[in-house]
Amino acid sequence: MAQKSKSGKNETHLASEGDLKKRIDSVLRLGKIAGADETEVQVDETIDALTRFANNAIHQNVAEHGITISIRTVVDGRTARATTNRLDEDSLRAAVQASLQLAHSQPKIPGLLPMAGKQRYRRVDRFSNETAATTPEDRARAVKKSCDLAVRNGQVAAGIFSTGQSQLAIANSRGLFAAYRQTEGEFSITMQDEPAASWAKANSGNVRNFDPQKLAARASEKAQMAKDAQELAPGKYTVILEPAAVLDLVGFLYYDFAATALADQRSCLLKRMNKPLFGKDVSITDDAYHPEQLGAPFDGEGIPRQRVDLVQNGVPRNLVYSRASAKEAKTKPTGHGFALPNEYGEAPMNLVFSGGDSSLEKMIASTERGLLVTRVWYIREVDPYEKIMTGMTRDGLYLVANGKVTNAVRNFRFNQSLIELLQNVEAMSPASRATAEEAFEMVVPAMKVTNFHLTEPTKF
Amino acid sequence: MWDLATTALNTAKLRGGTYADARSMHIRQRDLTTKNGQVGTLAQSESIGIGIRVLANGAWGFASTDKLTREGVSACAAQAVSIAKASALAKRSDVKMVPESSYIDSWQAPLQKDPFEIPLESQLDLLLKADAAMRAVKGVTLTETDMQFRKIDSWYASSIGSRIHQRKVISGCGIVATSFQGSEIQKRSYPNSFGGQYQLAGYELIESLDLLRHAPRVAEESVALHSAAQCPEKTGTLLLDGSQLGLQIHESVGHPIELDRVLGQEANFAGTSFLTLDKLNKLKYASEIVNVVANARLEHGPGLGTFAYDDEGVPAQCTDIIKDGQFRGYLSNREMAELIGLSRSSGTMRTESWNRLPIIRMTNISIKPGSGSPEELIASTDDGIWMETNRSWSIDDRRYQFQFSTEIAWEIKGGKTVRMLKNPSYSGITTEFWNSCDAICGKEYWTLWGTPNCGKGQPMQTMGTGHGASPARFRNIKMGVAFSGH
Repeated sequence: MAQKSKSGKNETHLASEGDLKKRIDSVLRLGKIAGADETEVQVDETIDALTRFANNAIHQNVAEHGITISIRTVVDGRTARATTNRLDEDSLRAAVQASLQLAHSQPKIPGLLPMAGKQRYRRVDRFSNETAATTPEDRARAVKKSCDLAVRNGQVAAGIFSTGQSQLAIANSRGLFAAYRQTEGEFSITMQDEPAASWAKANSGNVRNFDPQKLAARASEKAQMAKDAQELAPGKYTVILEPAAVLDLVGFLYYDFAATALADQRSCLLKRMNKPLFGKDVSITDDAYHPEQLGAPFDGEGIPRQRVDLVQNGVPRNLVYSRASAKEAKTKPTGHGFALPNEYGEAPMNLVFSGGDSSLEKMIASTERGLLVTRVWYIREVDPYEKIMTGMTRDGLYLVANGKVTNAVRNFRFNQSLIELLQNVEAMSPASRATAEEAFEMVVPAMKVTNFHLTEPTKF
Repeated sequence: MWDLATTALNTAKLRGGTYADARSMHIRQRDLTTKNGQVGTLAQSESIGIGIRVLANGAWGFASTDKLTREGVSACAAQAVSIAKASALAKRSDVKMVPESSYIDSWQAPLQKDPFEIPLESQLDLLLKADAAMRAVKGVTLTETDMQFRKIDSWYASSIGSRIHQRKVISGCGIVATSFQGSEIQKRSYPNSFGGQYQLAGYELIESLDLLRHAPRVAEESVALHSAAQCPEKTGTLLLDGSQLGLQIHESVGHPIELDRVLGQEANFAGTSFLTLDKLNKLKYASEIVNVVANARLEHGPGLGTFAYDDEGVPAQCTDIIKDGQFRGYLSNREMAELIGLSRSSGTMRTESWNRLPIIRMTNISIKPGSGSPEELIASTDDGIWMETNRSWSIDDRRYQFQFSTEIAWEIKGGKTVRMLKNPSYSGITTEFWNSCDAICGKEYWTLWGTPNCGKGQPMQTMGTGHGASPARFRNIKMGVAFSGH
């Protein structure tokens, strides 16, 4: 709903929790009338805005506001989902009917669990009024300063500044009710210094936690350093991976920790649980309550998220479970299930890696010959069991020699096993929230890794 | 819908907009999957709303809403104008666009069987039977099937007077068998990987693909791959099936010809392009036998990039991209065309949904067929490797260096297929690769493949694109690098 604030600005607000409850109760009532044995309702509301710039000017500038209601019914041991953004009673009634019709069309589902009852949730506060109130003018002014810096340095800036607020509520006819809201801001900038470029990006629940001008200055400086790139021979190199590069590589491991992925025999952790697999300094948890994480403290069925120690000192110890996969494994759900029905089960969505006491500067200083990697790009899985990933370095690859960054290097393709990568970690910085483009945000360190396999150079 | 569009355009004009267009969309989708003999996803969704794009003070603004009342749409249009005025705080020059006529039209993509009218029970029954046929093969450890249907209505109106309604129905399906043995996971898919085959078509597409006939073969191959020899690391002759060539076109021709990439608008995310403006009509992109078009017209076939008008109100066109091996054209919109001095947009502005801004996207980027059959292609190859069905794909952010791997390969010796190979991959530099093409199979073996999952833009948009291709041969290609050293 569009409302006028005291400041006179036109501001848009998320619906109140009371409004959400009214809508949910209405759908639960419709489900009962239609003959559903059980009904689950999920409400998603999003208010997002994104200012996009290129060639030192804003070229796209967008805003959206939408609410969807997703309804899962259960009837006679069958279940299905229907989703709509039409919120009038007739449309919601039609969505309930569609869900029931879909449910009736299939055979009975063996072992379908009754919906979960009322749960208790740990409170998280991830809503920043300042972020929610950011205006197009605020974003435009920050963008202009970054573009002005690019012009002053003879460079070309491109990127985004986005801000948004969202909320999610899940309820069911067995009395479960869970609600969560958050804000999110993101600034990403590429500075082009033809033919070179470099990049910096930040993402947080609060726009106060990053400074677009500092990010612009960093990208500008690194773009200048990225000029006159020399081609190196392919081979196995010591690499210093900035946190964004670490994130976009190790981010591809997340689904391997799903109990369903192991049951389906498509996880790289098959036959590898409880055995040393990674370097002993590598520990990984899934922790939705970590102060640098975003996301709801409950899963797609409304089950509270648990903190799970996935890897302890290099040994994979635990998996995450939905209610269904937990029952199969005769254990308790960890609050990582996806909304039902689905074939993937669950996944850890709030990975936190252990860090170390090193720093990028220390890693560079301790390296006789290696490469500093700003970010990686277009990562795809080549082998699912050895977890070989391919991809490119991007926006700043630098040679490190005798403890110093000496010159830029042409970008490389790599084909690298993530298992070997995490066996070959030589040093880590403290872990912090990282953001890039391939994986969702996680808390990861910068890493110094030996024997990283760079297979072919490109032309720039 | 037209009343709401008029409200949007009037409000935009009153608030200071010098150009506006409004696009209402109603999108209905059905998703069905099975896994190991049980139903996985069973879901249906609909989404309706309006997106309003405004030019004010020489800059763009876009806002969208699902509040389809006069008040809701009017507020959304006013917001779009405010955003455009904010954009003007950081502009370099005023946006200009090449002229375009206005059109009043209604168009519906042809289809024989509306998939939303086919009983769900029979759709699920087909998937479960295909799933069972794969599971019957010993050694298969995971079976998956999927079917998806979308019905998209769009109502486009612009301040230059266009009023265009389009209805499109998209269908797709696929099956996958996976086998885990020892320390290896092998997989085979049909008719393509990552969801299967998709077209602008009805349920007749699903029926034509005959999933049940192919299910046992797919399953047997997934198991047989474990006993196959590793694809060697070497430089030699590569033969690609049509589906893999379609993805090769997508990544190494389709993306680099997007003019927004060329002009730096995607520099922060999707990347730029090696096809700088000085290369137009000068670069020898490929060998003389290679001809590639961007064709959105229905006569090209029922592709995911087929339509009557793009999302900027420009009629569908056929543009030469590579003609006799020479680089001839870009994908453009009205603004980009003006920037590089073209007289008209090539009509490639497309959007995922009502809440996304249209951006330059591929339509159907297809290689024209040559002659001969795959059997003749193999018979005329003394020493080579035939690769089929994509397993992974990756290319740098300027679209030079790529690497693809496929699910399966076959070694060819003396004009005959001699053995199966596992873990195949190939890599190269785009123009070197296309210049090494020396044979393309004929029209009878040409298929308009659908890529339903192309991501681009910020906020991210997923778009379907079409790629017509028949099997082809390439010389002196690096193969097997992906697994070297492992």
